[in-house]
This record gives sequence, structure tokens and C-alpha cells, in this order.
Amino acid sequence: MPPEVVLAILLLPFFSFVIISFILRPFFNHRPQLSGYVTIASIGASLLLSIWALIEVSGAEGHVLPMPDYEWLAIGDTVIRIGVTVDALAAVMLIVVTSVSLLVQLYSQGYMRGDGGYARYFAFMSLFTGSMLGLVLADNLLFLYLFWEGVGLCSYLLIGFWFHKPEAARAATKAFLITRIGDFGFLVAILLLYAKTGTFDIGELQHLALAGVLGGSVLTWAAIGIFSGAVGKSAQFPLHTWLPDAMEGPTPVSALIHAATMVAAGVYLVARLFPVFASSAMAITTVAIIGGFTAIFAATMGLVMNDIKRVLAYSTISQLGYMMLGLGAVGMAVANGALPVEAGLALGVAVGIFHLFNHAFFKSLLFLGAGSVNHATGTFDIREMGGLRKAMPWTYFTFLIASLSIAGIWPLAGFWSKEGILAQAWESTPILFYLAMITVFMTAFYMFRVVFLTFGGEYRGQAQGSHGLHESPLVMLVPMVLLAILAVVSGWLPISEFLGGESHSFFGALSGPLAWASLVLAGLGILLAYAIYSKKWLSAESLRRAFAPLYTLFSRKYWLDELYERFFVIRLLVNGLFAALHWFDDHIIDGVVNGIAEGTVAAGRVIRRAETGQLQAYGLAIFIGILVIVACLFIFS
Amino acid sequence: MAVGLEHFLILSAILFAIGLYGALAKRNAVVILMSIEIMLNAVNIAMVAFSRYGHFITGQVFAIFIMVVAAAEAAVGLALIIAIYRSRETVDAEKFDLMKW
Amino acid sequence: MALEIAFWVLAAVSVGAALAVVLLRDIFRAALFLVLCFFTIGGIYVTLSADFLAGAQVLIYVGAIGVLIIFAIMLTRESRRGSPSGRLRLPALVVGLLFLVTMVLVVVGTDWNVVAEPPTEPTTSAIAQALFSGEGFVLAFEIAAALLLAAIIGAIVLVREK
Repeated sequence: MPPEVVLAILLLPFFSFVIISFILRPFFNHRPQLSGYVTIASIGASLLLSIWALIEVSGAEGHVLPMPDYEWLAIGDTVIRIGVTVDALAAVMLIVVTSVSLLVQLYSQGYMRGDGGYARYFAFMSLFTGSMLGLVLADNLLFLYLFWEGVGLCSYLLIGFWFHKPEAARAATKAFLITRIGDFGFLVAILLLYAKTGTFDIGELQHLALAGVLGGSVLTWAAIGIFSGAVGKSAQFPLHTWLPDAMEGPTPVSALIHAATMVAAGVYLVARLFPVFASSAMAITTVAIIGGFTAIFAATMGLVMNDIKRVLAYSTISQLGYMMLGLGAVGMAVANGALPVEAGLALGVAVGIFHLFNHAFFKSLLFLGAGSVNHATGTFDIREMGGLRKAMPWTYFTFLIASLSIAGIWPLAGFWSKEGILAQAWESTPILFYLAMITVFMTAFYMFRVVFLTFGGEYRGQAQGSHGLHESPLVMLVPMVLLAILAVVSGWLPISEFLGGESHSFFGALSGPLAWASLVLAGLGILLAYAIYSKKWLSAESLRRAFAPLYTLFSRKYWLDELYERFFVIRLLVNGLFAALHWFDDHIIDGVVNGIAEGTVAAGRVIRRAETGQLQAYGLAIFIGILVIVACLFIFS
Repeated sequence: MAVGLEHFLILSAILFAIGLYGALAKRNAVVILMSIEIMLNAVNIAMVAFSRYGHFITGQVFAIFIMVVAAAEAAVGLALIIAIYRSRETVDAEKFDLMKW
Repeated sequence: MALEIAFWVLAAVSVGAALAVVLLRDIFRAALFLVLCFFTIGGIYVTLSADFLAGAQVLIYVGAIGVLIIFAIMLTRESRRGSPSGRLRLPALVVGLLFLVTMVLVVVGTDWNVVAEPPTEPTTSAIAQALFSGEGFVLAFEIAAALLLAAIIGAIVLVREK
């Protein structure tokens, strides 16, 4: 496979961005749909090339394609090379990104129809996809960081797409700033690694870490720094607060962010640098604990949200926590020596990325479903929906499949990858396993709470009568159906084996007790949701009162937003640091400048007394000067 | 004791110092101008003495130029004094404080 | 021998006259002593065999500048207030004395390469040669002429009644 083809995968979306921005937008603005076609064509081409790359990789030795790299920067003796990596991990990610992106763009054709920023939307989407592809393909940290920031920028642009809405502008700023906190750690880690090893190359860094050349506290801190970047991008605790607010963007953007691009970047980064993490027990334990905690922490908030997209957002955070947990659990086993290094590393990546792969499809489907519902009802509040099953059968059907999949019901996609993570957690750290099991129950409950409230019962909305409800247009339904198929079958694909993980047989998976335990828990969750929200055997209201403190805690999102805003931002930054800096600026910086000026003026006030205006005094001074000069000549010659 | 170059030079120095004192110490602008003329003459004595004891004529030529400048200076200086006297009714140098801050 | 006696007498008179100029309270007398001083300096020039300069000294200083200064004294009508010393009298005295000491030290401490014999020829033609020959001071002479012209015009403009 020629390297130009791989570069084409990366460059096509960028070309699309350039064409839309510089040709279509200025000259063909009266036909905005052209920009949609260009985007779809370029990403479709990328998808085809990605499939080709995947086939090539699966046939290649060691699942790695040799790729040339190029000199990028030469600063003195420092030469920074860039290139692309095409291995199993990259190939899988390419498929995820391009396929989800393509389907989302198709859907957007319908969803964004008539929007004033249609061309801008597709330009940003192209750039977003291209940045993510670059991030996946980059073979060195500096190059990767470039695209990493590109992804952050695009998410800012797209979350704030309707920037005339103050909430959207706020959400965009929040997303950008909070991920930036993590990015700072990532950047520091990159520089730290470069200072210690003199290379940005990921492959070399992995070898150095595995060989033990790179180790000790440097490795630990670098890994934690990189992880902080991943925490920001993948919305892990404690930097998760931006993701639920990111709902202000167009729904297809949410689908893309939650499935294939933005948040996947963090998990991908940990997977890409997995050998570095696994070489430090402390770093990988951090990953596992943060992942496990985030999984259950986010799920609790998902239980009580009334905005359908917020429920989905918390479920995304929770599922990303699963992926981190999977990576962390295997990594801990490797670090402890419980697993052989090579196989263990491959297994960890396989477990984490397999879930990312499956999650991408069912989560984007859920968002597209939410968008479809919104298209019909004009709201995202599930209290104002209900009974949509009859009006929107296709949406209901695909949404149900996705919900079953995320709940981990056999034999849908979610089951297989979640199973893998649970198994690894069980073997490595039982406490995290129990957290994950509780999360399974919660996931099933909150997803089916949404399903029953949205599609079951009678329509409760006031905005328009039930006769106005309609199924979405075909251009939106087709991507949803395609995604629904993928949400069923993606777990059957041998992705895990391809990445070097364990294979599983279709029915053999049901033989173990773990699988049954999680299935029973998921089933219980669904049953409970059915009992409360469909049959109303239990009153949601009385439950809420019974668990009032918990309900308040969850629905107020643990007061983390308030903590960040009131305490960190207002108290520490605005009143503390900024006030101190302001004082420093006023008194020290300005003080020095004003002091010099005032000193000069004061000195002038004194010295000008010498300027008497008396000619004879000046003459006297001249002759004293001559005497001094003569004296000096005598003394020093 | 034979009179030599040193004698003329010391005479020149004495006259110059006297002129300097007068130029710096006196208050009447006309007297200051007179003191300056004494200083110029003192310099001329030194010039001519060098010319005599060095056997080169340039010293005398310079003395002539100094005379020219002294004449010009006296003319302009006295004109200034008279102009100031007209406007300020005094020639007291200590009251000329227009250059003061 | 006669020259030496002449020098000492002239030197003593010129110093005395100069002192009188700066010390006398009567301006008019000070001006007269100034004329005397100029005159004795002309005599000094004679002892230095500078015949042309001696003549010029008498003509310019004694004749022109002396008259000019007396005119100025009369025009400013300040003579009744005398010639008081200013606030800088003491510093001026110290600086003047220090200057004198310095110059005397320099004069005494320097090994002057002198020719004892006086020049035998009159200096007028030599000065003319130096002033007007092509390699001499013709340019400076012209500039001095221009300076004098400017001084004359300047003086007229300054004292002209508005």
C-alpha cells in the first residue's frame, strides 16, 4: 500500500475544509448543499481508503505497515521528523472515525437543512474529522499534539456553532477551557519526555519505556501528565463537566464528539502510549481508578437527568470510564507481572479499543435518535415526550437497539466489549469490578428510563398536538438504520483478535458466570425502569422523595459546577490569583515605572537649583571643570 | 637675571588670573567686559612671546586674529549691555536671570 | 639690559593697572586704568620685538576699544553705583589663584626649547607674508573680515531704537 494513500486518508477532509471555506462559501453560497456533498464525498473516500488500509494491515507482518517519515523541522542539531503510523490500532480507529463521521454527515444533510451556517457547519465537520484522523495517524507526540489541539479547536467551534445563543457560547468556552487544563499537563509531559529522551517519536518512547531506560518518577509523572490530557479530552472525573454542557451544539455534532472524535481521543491516547503507562504501576493504577470511579459517578447523574441529551452525555462519560478502566485493569496486571508484557499490552489495547469501537456506533446512533426526536417534538426534555413509538417507529426501533446494546444485552455489540472489560477488572481489582457491575445496572436503568419516557405511554408535550408528530426524513433515517445494524453486529467482528486480544465464541460467551451476572443486572435495570416508567407499579415521585438527598445530590451534579465556578474560579482565581496579580501589576510593575518617573522629577526639582541663570556661576563652573581636568591629567599621567 | 620666555608667560598668567577674577566676581557688566579684554590681552602676550622665542611668525598672526575677535566681541558685547540696560534699567550681571528655571 | 629694565617696569605697571581695573570702585577710573594696561602691554610687545603688533595694540585697544568702553560707561549711567563685587567674589578669587598656580607650575615645569637671540628684521612684512600668501591665512583673514562686518551690523541692530 503506497504511503500516499495513507496521507490521502488524512488530507481528504482537510481538502474538503479548504474547498468549502475558500471556494464554495464565497462563490457558491446560494447552493449550500454543495458543501455537504463535498464533505460526504471526501469522508466517504477516506472511509474506503481506511478499509483498504485495514485489509492491508491485517495482511501485514505484525499488523504494522512500514511508512516513511519526513523531516519536518530542523532547529540547529534538533531534527523533528513526522510520519504516520499504520498499525492495527490506527486502522481500527480510522474505520471508527471515518464511518461514524460519514453517517453523521449524511444525517446532517437532513438535520441541518435550512440552517444559515450550513456551509460553515460542514467546513468545521471536515476539519474536525481531519484533525481526528491526523491524531490517530501521527507517529510522534508533537505532531499528535498539533492535531490534538485541532480537535479541541473544532469542538469549540462546533459546540459554539450557534454562537448567537449565550448558552452555546458559554458551553463552547467551558469545553475549551476545561480541556485546556488537561492539555497543559499533556504538553508538560511531552516536553518532559523530550527533555529526558530527546525524542518525540511514539515508537521509540514505547521501546524506551519497555526497556526500562525511561523509568522511575520521570515516567510516572510523564504518564500522569499525558493522562491529564486524556482526562480533559475524554471527560473523565474531575474534568468531565464540559461534556454535558456541550449539548448546546447541533445534535449531530454531539454524536460525532461522543462517538468518534473528541472524547475518543483521550482513550486512544492512553491506548497508543499504553506501554508507557503500563511501565509505571502508579500511573496505570491512576488510570484504572479514575476510569472506574468516573464510570459509576457519571452513571449516578445520568439516572436523574431530564434532558435526553444530558442522559446520553453522562452515559458517554460513564462508558469512557469503562474504557479507561479496561485499559487500566489490564495495565495493572502487566505492571504487577500477572500478565506477560507483550500479550498483556496487546490485550489491554484490545479491551479498551474494542469497547470504543462498539460504543462509537451505538452512542452515535443514540444521539442521532435524540436528534430525530427533537426534530419531531422541538424539545429534548423527556418529560414532554411520550408515545413517540407510534409516530416514529424507525426512530424507536433503532433507539431501542442502541439502548439494548449499551446496556450490554447478549448478543448485541455492547455485550461483548463490556464483558471483556468486566472480566479484566475481575481478575485485576475486584473493587473496581463491583463498581463496574453496579454501573451496568445503572446504565440499563437510565437508558430504559429514557426509552420508556420518550417512546412509551402517551404524548405529554404541549408544543404541538400528537397529530403533528412525524417520522424524520429518509436522509436521517438511513444513517440511523445503518448504525443500528452496526450496533448489533460490530461486536461480532474480530476486532479484539485483530488488536491482539482474546477471541470469543458466539455462544461460548454465555458459559461463564460473569456474563450471566452482568446480564441479570442489566435485566434488572431494564425491569425496574419498566416497572416505574411504563407500568407505574412504583411511583417515580415517591421514590424521589424517599431518596431525596441522593436525588438532589445527583441532579445538582454533586455541586461540582458550583465548586469549580464559585471556589476555583471566583475564590481562587478571580479573588486570589488575579487580585494578587492585579496588585502586583499596580504596585510593583507600575510602581517601578512611576517610581522612576517620580524620582526623575524629584531629582530635577533639586538639581535645577543649580541652574541659577547667573552667567558668572556658569563661568565659574567652566573654570572649576578645567582645573579638575588638569588635576586629573597630573594625577593619572 | 635675564628675562626669558618664562617671565612673559608668567606675566601673561598673572594678567589672565586677574582678568578671570574680575570676570567672575564683578557685578557691573561693563567691568566684566573689561576683565575679559584683560584676559584676551594676556593670551596675546603669551602668543607674541612664543613667536619671539620660537622664531615663527604664526604667533603674531594669531594675536592679530585675537585682536579682531576682541574688537568684534567688544562691539557686540557693549551693544548687548546697552540694549539690556534700556529694557531693564540695570547692568548688574546678578540681575540678568532670564536663563533661570 | 635696557630691555630687561623696560620689561620689569612695564610688567609691574600692567599688573598694577589690571589690579586697579578689577579692584577700583569707580568705573570710570577703572576704564582709564584699563587703557593704561593696554598701553603697557603694547610696550611689552616692543620688548618682544613685535613692532607691528605694538602699533596695532595701541590703535585698536587703546584707541578703539578704550573709547568704546568709556562710551558704554557713559551711556549706561551706572558709574555712580560704582563697581561692586558679587556673591561669587570668594570662589572667583580661589579659582583665579588656583588657575594662576597651575599655569605657573606648568610654565616653570616645562622645558621650553627657546632661541635667545631676538629676530633682527621688522615683523611687518613677515606678518603680511603669512597673512596674504597662498599657503598662509588668507581664508581666515577673509572670515575675520566677515566676522567684523557681522559684528558691526549686529551691534547696530542691537542698539537701534525701536
